[in-house]
Amino acid sequence: MPKFTPLPDLPAPPNTVGIRGWLRSNLFNSPLNSIVTIVAAYIVVQGLWWFIDWGVINANLIGETRADCPVDANGEKSGACWVFVYTRLEQFIYGFYPPDQIWRINIVFIIFALCIGALVFEKTPWKNWIAGFTLLVFPFIAFYLLNGDAFGLTKVDTHKWGGFTLTLVLAVTGIVASLPIGILLALGRRSEMPIIRSICIVYIEFWRGVPLITVLFMASVMLPLFMSAGVETDKLVRALIGIIMFQSAYMAEVVRGGLQAIPKGQYEAAQALGLSYWKTMTFIILPQALKLMIPGIVNTFISLFKDTSLVLIIGLFDLLAIVQSAIVDPEWPQVSVEGYLFVALMFWVFCFGMSRYSQSLERKLSTGHH
Amino acid sequence: MNTIDPPADASGAMITLRNVNKWYGSFHVLKDINLQVEKGERIVICGPSGSGKSTTIRCINRLEEHQTGDIIVNGIPLTNDLKNIDSVRREVGMVFQHFNLFPHLTVLQNCTLAPIWVRKTPQKEAHAIAMEYLEKVKIPDQADKFPGQLSGGQQQRVAIARSLCMNPEVMLFDEPTSALDPEMIKEVLDTMIQLAESGMTMICVTHEMGFAKTVANRVIFMDEGQVVEENNPNDFFNNPQNERTQLFLSQILQH
Repeated sequence: MPKFTPLPDLPAPPNTVGIRGWLRSNLFNSPLNSIVTIVAAYIVVQGLWWFIDWGVINANLIGETRADCPVDANGEKSGACWVFVYTRLEQFIYGFYPPDQIWRINIVFIIFALCIGALVFEKTPWKNWIAGFTLLVFPFIAFYLLNGDAFGLTKVDTHKWGGFTLTLVLAVTGIVASLPIGILLALGRRSEMPIIRSICIVYIEFWRGVPLITVLFMASVMLPLFMSAGVETDKLVRALIGIIMFQSAYMAEVVRGGLQAIPKGQYEAAQALGLSYWKTMTFIILPQALKLMIPGIVNTFISLFKDTSLVLIIGLFDLLAIVQSAIVDPEWPQVSVEGYLFVALMFWVFCFGMSRYSQSLERKLSTGHH
Repeated sequence: MNTIDPPADASGAMITLRNVNKWYGSFHVLKDINLQVEKGERIVICGPSGSGKSTTIRCINRLEEHQTGDIIVNGIPLTNDLKNIDSVRREVGMVFQHFNLFPHLTVLQNCTLAPIWVRKTPQKEAHAIAMEYLEKVKIPDQADKFPGQLSGGQQQRVAIARSLCMNPEVMLFDEPTSALDPEMIKEVLDTMIQLAESGMTMICVTHEMGFAKTVANRVIFMDEGQVVEENNPNDFFNNPQNERTQLFLSQILQH
């Protein structure tokens, strides 16, 4: 009887693998593509060179006033005037917070950075405890540190909060609060109980249907008109509630999309094992659904992060607003590009960070199915 | 109709279905199903697709709701009461055609989740029980892998172990080998035969006629939502009474 022996594996042809293979198949796989590659490379290099020339080589970093950025005979600067960003940095980051109290913001930043760092780093021990601390204890620490009025700290009114601090407060609070509310709304919308389902549908469709600017405007201008005279809620709190309401509706729809992607068999298997509705959701459905939803959730987080700059219209000075008001300072002409670039860089660093973290999370949670 | 009328007092039976009817909208899927399964009995239900065999066993643990008639599992009548449904589900384990393992949990976690959270078994004990059943289905070495890393046959054996960890009185099998490659069917059937030998009460919806011949005490043939014929395997295969049964058997046994 002939015996079956599989043929040995041979190596792939050399110009189809490695860097050479990659270049060949991606950049130079036809004459037209080769031309496009070369032209695009030229444009990129030119642009980069211009930017380095303007922003690094001819730029001014050290100094205290506009005069430290010299101008030529036509009144044109030779390069970027980073002196502007440098001297105003404290205001951009901390807003109008009393300078002698800025250490409080710094402590909040440091704790926050440590928590995030510990959670992102894979081998951190006691991760659950750190996550619990970040979600349940840290908000109170941050609130009392920033707001004061307790533990011997002087009160700093929220209208003095501003700059990047305010941006982070708005974004982080919005993100942390809108996800659980969104999950509950999504579960409610898929509920078999008609009253709960109707309430959730009305809520989601209402908040998704109005623009965020309108929500913020209503929260800050209209709401106080309806309240009785004595009741005065903080403007920042009202804006935050508006943002959370609005974003949780969006989050609910992202979560619902993820829930619908889970096969019916998973619910049936959980039911057959005797798991209750909440246990099925907590242990079986949500862990799988949330994993599928990571791109959508992070997308919503990123757009929330950037939408916080809309609070400008109700008179809250976030990073963008505070830079914009500094640009029009007559003592600092011609620095708007630098200002906006700084804002863009700050937003980009945080949004890109979230995006990268979500990708690594997706890889980490992959268990070889789907 | 060759169905045996259920005795007036069905308290000794493991599962009793009495005049069970079910409709999907206006479509009548189950028509007056009567079935009594004694403790330790092994029933095979067969029939063409759409005959209501899966729906029948899915009614037993309330994955589907029946509209009229009674279902009694180990003395517990199945009603709309959630507590009641829970206690019935504790008695009944189920194995699905598409395994339905939880893909985000390891094999071991699949087996320990329900014992820990439903039966409140301490974690260590749940692990020990899970390993014991994984050994019985011959895959203890895969305990820390994820379901997606196993073959179909291995996944189905994990699914069987997962159900057994809840220590059920009855096991329901809903076409457990229909989604498997031919080379893997045998390993799952062997596991089921081993389970039958241990005295488990089993109701299997399957087209594996060899399995029915060796394991079943009774074979039930369903079509159009009714029980057409019910007999011991020997008479069922060699001497089918109903014309519809003869046609079905001639079609599936020909090849």
